[in-house]
Amino acid sequence: MNESGRNDGKSPLVEVDGVEKVFHRGAEEIHVLKDLHLQVPAGEFLALMGPSGSGKSTLLNLIGGLDRPTKGTVRVGGESVDTLSDRHLAAWRARHIGFVFQLYNLLPVLTAERNVELPLLLTHLSKAERNRHVQAALAVVGLTPRAKHFPRTLSGGEQQRVGIARGIVTDPTLLLCDEPTGDLDRKAGDEILDLLQALNREHGKTIIMVTHDPHASARASRTVYLNKGQLSAEPVK
Amino acid sequence: MAGPINWLSQVVSVTKFGLLGIPQRRGSVAAAVFGIAGVVTVLVGVLSIAAGFRQAMAASGAADAAVVLRSGADSEMVSGFNRQSTRIIADAPGVARTPEGPLASAELFVIINLPKRSTGSDVNVPLRGVESAAFRVHGQVKIVEGRMFEPGKDEVIVGLGAAREFAGLEVGRSLLVGRREWPVVGVFSAGGATAESEIWTDAPVLQAAYNRGDSFQSVYVRLDSPGAFTTFKDAVTTDQRLSAQVMRLSDYYASQSTAVTKLITSLGVLIASLMAVGAVFGALNTMYSSVSARTREIATLRALGFGSGAVVVSVMLESVALALGGGAFGAGLAYCVFNGFHAATMNWQSFSQITFAFAVTPQLLVLGVALATVIGLIGGLLPAIRAARQPIAAALREL
Repeated sequence: MNESGRNDGKSPLVEVDGVEKVFHRGAEEIHVLKDLHLQVPAGEFLALMGPSGSGKSTLLNLIGGLDRPTKGTVRVGGESVDTLSDRHLAAWRARHIGFVFQLYNLLPVLTAERNVELPLLLTHLSKAERNRHVQAALAVVGLTPRAKHFPRTLSGGEQQRVGIARGIVTDPTLLLCDEPTGDLDRKAGDEILDLLQALNREHGKTIIMVTHDPHASARASRTVYLNKGQLSAEPVK
Repeated sequence: MAGPINWLSQVVSVTKFGLLGIPQRRGSVAAAVFGIAGVVTVLVGVLSIAAGFRQAMAASGAADAAVVLRSGADSEMVSGFNRQSTRIIADAPGVARTPEGPLASAELFVIINLPKRSTGSDVNVPLRGVESAAFRVHGQVKIVEGRMFEPGKDEVIVGLGAAREFAGLEVGRSLLVGRREWPVVGVFSAGGATAESEIWTDAPVLQAAYNRGDSFQSVYVRLDSPGAFTTFKDAVTTDQRLSAQVMRLSDYYASQSTAVTKLITSLGVLIASLMAVGAVFGALNTMYSSVSARTREIATLRALGFGSGAVVVSVMLESVALALGGGAFGAGLAYCVFNGFHAATMNWQSFSQITFAFAVTPQLLVLGVALATVIGLIGGLLPAIRAARQPIAAALREL
C-alpha cells in the first residue's frame, strides 16, 4: 500500500481505494495502476504528475467515471462510481464532473457559447436559464466578447478557456483537467493556470489536474507523483 | 435527469451536430445520396413501365363492358364465331340498346407488319375489323384527326399510340393490306386504352380482304349496368346454340397483362435489389466515415453525459435523413424522366404490339422513398453501434 496519496486533514471528496487497472494487449497484460490509494478533500487543487505512460490519465478517467477499475473502488462524494450502470454513470458524470481536455474537444460546428451550453442540454433548465448560465461561465473565463465565435476563429488559449467554461457551467462537484496546458504556449498556458487557480481559490472548486509540467503543478495546492502505477509524494528520480 | 424528454432532447442535439457537420463530409455524403437516388430512380422507373402497362389495360376495361370468346380460347387469336352466333350474343339480355340497335360489336382481328419508328424494324401491329357500335362499346373512342372510315370502303383509322409508334400511319398515307393499299383517313383516341395501339377498319371489308367469309373472332358488348353482367353471362353460356365464354372486359385485360407486368416487375425488383445492396454498402461507408470523423466529438459528448442510446439513434437518424434526401431526389428524377414516357411493347397474349405511357404513380413514389429509408436504416445500424461502443477514454484522444 502506498500512503503518499492520503491527506488526513479534511474529509475526502474523492477516495480511490486499492485500485488496479489492467489493460490487455493480445495475450499480454499491462498493469497500469497497482493497489493505488488516493484521497482528495473538497476544495483541493491537486496536481497529478508523472512521466508518459505512468497511468495519470487512466487514474483521471477512473475518477471521472470514463473507465472502470479492474479491482478496488472509486468513490466521489460518497458514491461508488465503479458500481454504477453505464446509463447511471453517464447521468452521474453530467451532474458531478466537469472535464477539461488537452485538445479542448470543442464541437467545430458550434459557436463558443453553444459549446459551453452542451452539458446544460442534459438538464431541465429552460433556454433562458441555460443562456444565463452560459454567459456567467463565459464571464468567469473572460470570453464574453468571443461568445459567438466558432472554435476555428479562436486561439488555442481562447479555445481552452471555452473548454473550461464548458467544464464549470453546470457547477460540478469536481473539475478534472487532463494536460490543460499541454497544447499551449507558455503565455497562454499561464493564463489557463491563473484561471484554474482562481476557480479553486475564489470559487472553491475541487480540481484534479494531470500534467507533466512542473511549472503547471507548482500552481496546485498539492502534487502527487505517479510512477509505474504507484503514487508517491516525491518525484521518482 | 434521465427521462424520455431529456433523452429525446439528447437525440435531437446529437443528430443536429451530425447534420451540421455534413458540409465537412460532403464528398462521401454526396456519393451515398446519389447512390441511393440511383437505386430509387431505377426501381421507380422500371416499375413505372409495369404500372403504365397495367393502367393502359385497366383503361381498356370498363366494368359495364364484356367480351365474348369461343369456349376454351384464351385470346381473340384462337377464338371464332359465325354471323348467326354474334347476333344471338348481341340480342342476349343485359346488353344495352339504343334506337340503332344493341351496343354490340362483332369483331375480327389480324396482325400486320409495320416498321417501328424508334428502331425501324418490323413489328406485329393489330388490325381490327369493327362494327359501328365499336365506338361506344370500347369506351371513349373519338376521332381526333381526319374522319371516320366509310363502311364498305378499304379505309382505316389508326389509334393515337399506333400513329406515334409505327411509321407510315399519318392521315393521307396508305397502308398495304394484302395486295391492296388502304388509305389512312383518321386518327382516334381511346382514353389511353389498348385500342389506341390498334388500326381499325370496317369488319366486312377486313373479312373480304383476308378471305374470312362471314366469321368473327369476338363480340364486345356494353351492358345495361355492371350488375347486368351475370344475366348476360348466364344467358350466353347456357344457350345451346353457342359455345362461348364471357368475361368482364376489365378481367379480360387484366389476364392479358399478367405475363408482361409480372416479367417487368420481376426484372425491376431484381435490378433494384442488386443496386440496393450496393447502395447499402455506400451508406455504410458514408456513416462509418462520418462516425470515424466524429470519434472524438461523440466521445466528448458521451463524456459530458450524453447517453449511448441517444448516440445510436442519432447516427441512425442521420443515415435515414441522408437516405430520404437521396430517395426523394431519385423519386423526383424518376417522375420527371419516366412519367408519361411513351413506349410500345409486345403483348404475348395477342402476339402484337401494345402502346402505353409509363406511369410513375404515387404508390411507386412512396415505395421508392420507403426503399431509401430501409437502405438508410441498414446502412446506419452498424456504424451507430460502433459509435456507441467505442471506449470513451481512448476515443477522447483520437485526432
